[in-house]
Amino acid sequence: MATVSKQQIGSVLAKQGILIAFAVFIVAFTFANSKFLTVDNVFSVVRSSAILGVMALGVTFVVISGNLDLSVGSMMSFSTIVVLDLHDKIGPFLAIPAMFAMTLALGALIGFLVGYLKLNSLIVTLGMLSAIHGLTLTYSGGKNMDIADKEGTWFSVFGQGSALGIPVPILIFLLLAAFLGLVLSKTPFGRKVYAVGGNGTAATFSGIRRARTVFFCYIISSACVATAGLIQASRSLGSQNTVGQGLELEVLAAVILGGASLMGGSGTIFKTVIGVLILGFIQNGLLLLGLQFYVQFVVTWIIIILAVWLDIAAKRGKLMSPIA
Amino acid sequence: MTDAKPILRLDGIVKTFPGVRALDGVSFSVMPGEVHALMGENGAGKSTLMKVLGGIHQPDEGAIYMGDDRVVMAGPLEAKAKGIVFIHQELSLAEELSVAENIYLGELPRKSFGRVDWTTLTDKTNAILKKLNVGFDANTLVGDLSIANQQMVEIARALTVDAKAVIFDEPTASLTDAEKSVLFDVISDLQADGVGIIYISHRMEEIFKITDRITVLRDGQYQGTVNTRETNEESVTQLMIGRKLDLTRNASHHEIGDVALEVRNLSCGKLYKDISFEVRRGEVVGFYGLVGAGRTEIAETLFGLRDPSAGQIFLDGQEVRISSPADAITRGISLVPEDRKGQGLVLGMNCRDNMTLPQVDDLKAGPFVAEGAEIAIFDQYRDQLDIRTPSWRQQVGNLSGGNQQKIVIGKWLSMHPSLLIVDEPTRGIDVGSKSEIHKLLRALAAKGYAVMVISSEMPEVLHVSDRIVAMYSGRIMRTFTSDEVTEDNLIQAISGIKADQAA
Ligand SMILES: Nc1ncnc2c1ncn2[C@@H]1O[C@H](COP(=O)(O)OP(=O)(O)OP(=O)(O)O)[C@@H](O)[C@H]1O
Ligand SMILES: [Mg+2]
Repeated sequence: MATVSKQQIGSVLAKQGILIAFAVFIVAFTFANSKFLTVDNVFSVVRSSAILGVMALGVTFVVISGNLDLSVGSMMSFSTIVVLDLHDKIGPFLAIPAMFAMTLALGALIGFLVGYLKLNSLIVTLGMLSAIHGLTLTYSGGKNMDIADKEGTWFSVFGQGSALGIPVPILIFLLLAAFLGLVLSKTPFGRKVYAVGGNGTAATFSGIRRARTVFFCYIISSACVATAGLIQASRSLGSQNTVGQGLELEVLAAVILGGASLMGGSGTIFKTVIGVLILGFIQNGLLLLGLQFYVQFVVTWIIIILAVWLDIAAKRGKLMSPIA
Repeated sequence: MTDAKPILRLDGIVKTFPGVRALDGVSFSVMPGEVHALMGENGAGKSTLMKVLGGIHQPDEGAIYMGDDRVVMAGPLEAKAKGIVFIHQELSLAEELSVAENIYLGELPRKSFGRVDWTTLTDKTNAILKKLNVGFDANTLVGDLSIANQQMVEIARALTVDAKAVIFDEPTASLTDAEKSVLFDVISDLQADGVGIIYISHRMEEIFKITDRITVLRDGQYQGTVNTRETNEESVTQLMIGRKLDLTRNASHHEIGDVALEVRNLSCGKLYKDISFEVRRGEVVGFYGLVGAGRTEIAETLFGLRDPSAGQIFLDGQEVRISSPADAITRGISLVPEDRKGQGLVLGMNCRDNMTLPQVDDLKAGPFVAEGAEIAIFDQYRDQLDIRTPSWRQQVGNLSGGNQQKIVIGKWLSMHPSLLIVDEPTRGIDVGSKSEIHKLLRALAAKGYAVMVISSEMPEVLHVSDRIVAMYSGRIMRTFTSDEVTEDNLIQAISGIKADQAA
């Protein structure tokens, strides 16, 4: 008698589906385009994923705590514009901490609304997406922001520099991933994030201050956004008001691709890093195939749907489960 | 009944999970009109066997027969279509939906264009609810119901199907006596219709009251099937745990110390009124009453989950305001809550992390959680409470119901509280472990803990308490010492009859 049931195959597919699909994808693209799996290209994928990746690290905390953060894209535009503007006004030394303080203040506001006032995180952060966009436009007067002396500033080091032969954005991404990975998996705070997202009532009954835990998840998320804004500003030394537009969905896609559940309580930093890389390689592969970059938007959406579907399928142990 | 054929037969079922052989060649059958008990310790494999029957798990080996035909239960819907109704140990209701929607989920009565026929739905549901004699109606939100009432909704669900066999997995764990007797009526009706009933419970009185045969499992192995009339509690227990049970009360009438907790004229809206009592170190105080008597609400107030509207709380003679569970914990209070799945555990987390959750801030090595210390705590309570799990890494959601409950108990004992409050502590726990936990509660008192035991099981309250507070409808009716209490005067007190009126 066959010992492997259809159900088991379904659940293996659902659990490993993304990795399998990814492997098939890599092989197919390597055949289609010989440039795909070269060292240069791999490097360029990781480098261009770094900004997205840094933001995804923070959002991982928010998602595990059972909430959403859709404001990270427009918050990143804000950080970029602010730090570029202040660079010329007060110098990079002061501009960077000032920009971090302002971004963290926005994170604290969201954390307060979601954590302490218990407002729905989707509504709050969707509202913040548009409010922060307005704030950025007000701040910049609608103009693009440029650094006057692009050659003479050390500020470019975060986006363009390299150390030990590794581009700084990649270094920042990896170091931050290692640090936040430890915070999430090894500290009491990380443990509480899982508990709050896994079963909020049980967390309360265990003496965990839920509001505070959620609040700090948003603080971490905004700190990551500020870091991403710093890299972005430093890379281009000039920026439009809309530089982060749409990134919130890509970030979310990466986090879910990595296997964090939108229902909260599961996911890891390592998995998010994998999710970021998968997304980066897919987008890069499409470009190498000569498809227009806006095809990415459609593909990203398809990936999100696929990831959410597999997430639910893995929970139920089968691929199809129609409503009632 | 000897010439009748079983309606349902499981033969040589094997089911393994990573690290556990949950079922090891188990056979089991049910006759039409029979109530067949399935018994065994926590983790023996009872629920797993029923999940195989209900199409939730596929067996690794073995076969299922209905009548003479071999059948494959590919999924829960298929099992249901074949007339097998499963009332689960862990409730599986949609809290945001109404009672009626839950009962008819998936087969809502329709009008033209697929519109739901709400009138028919409500009427049909109310008819069933009336039969069950419950105090809520079809349109109530399930999330607003107590656990006992949610259990009644599960039972109502079973009555809507044309069942050949009904599986009850610990249906009475959260029911009161009144609801239990309704359930037993339902069961005897089903029995009269020739339905086969499989009944899982750890409560001996029930087993001997309503079942015809008893099948016992131990560690996933079939131990035997006996006619209920031809056996007794003692031999069933011995079959279950492989030894005799020591039921003597830990009679140590140890020193009673200072007052640890005093509650004075405490009220909380309509939930409870004018409550005054004290608990001393070294004392176990039992709280007995019907569901809704306000006992859980008092516990929640003492644990900082509910603000009282009037009255005072004193800990060690100091008046305190307990503002949150975190605050209660720092004051040395532990609460084992009544609902392990909703309030006690994070099911997706592993056993160790669940157990140490309330003290995770205190178990540190540098900035990190001291995992070695956590494992030591887990090991200690795994041994002490006999928790059956392949390792601390197992997700709590994969443990058997009784073992999950033991994790919650371990979680709060490991806090070494000075005031321990337990709300229905032995819900779902097998007879052997139950008496161990009772002894443990006595032993903790002997060590100087103040212990409050809330329980709906009279034998439990009588067995562990030094004093018993009898409550009715949010008020304390009477406080008994263990010398003066009898079953009769206790029942009288909790049904709202004052002693002097009754006399
Ligand atoms: N999904 C699962 N994954 C891994 N192990 C499981 C799973 N379900 C059950 N088990 C294990 O199988 C064994 C039998 O569990 P089961 O739930 O059948 O016990 P039970 O007899 O119903 O106990 P209780 O009286 O506590 O409800 C236990 O050791 C349990 O940990
Ligand atoms: Mg069970």
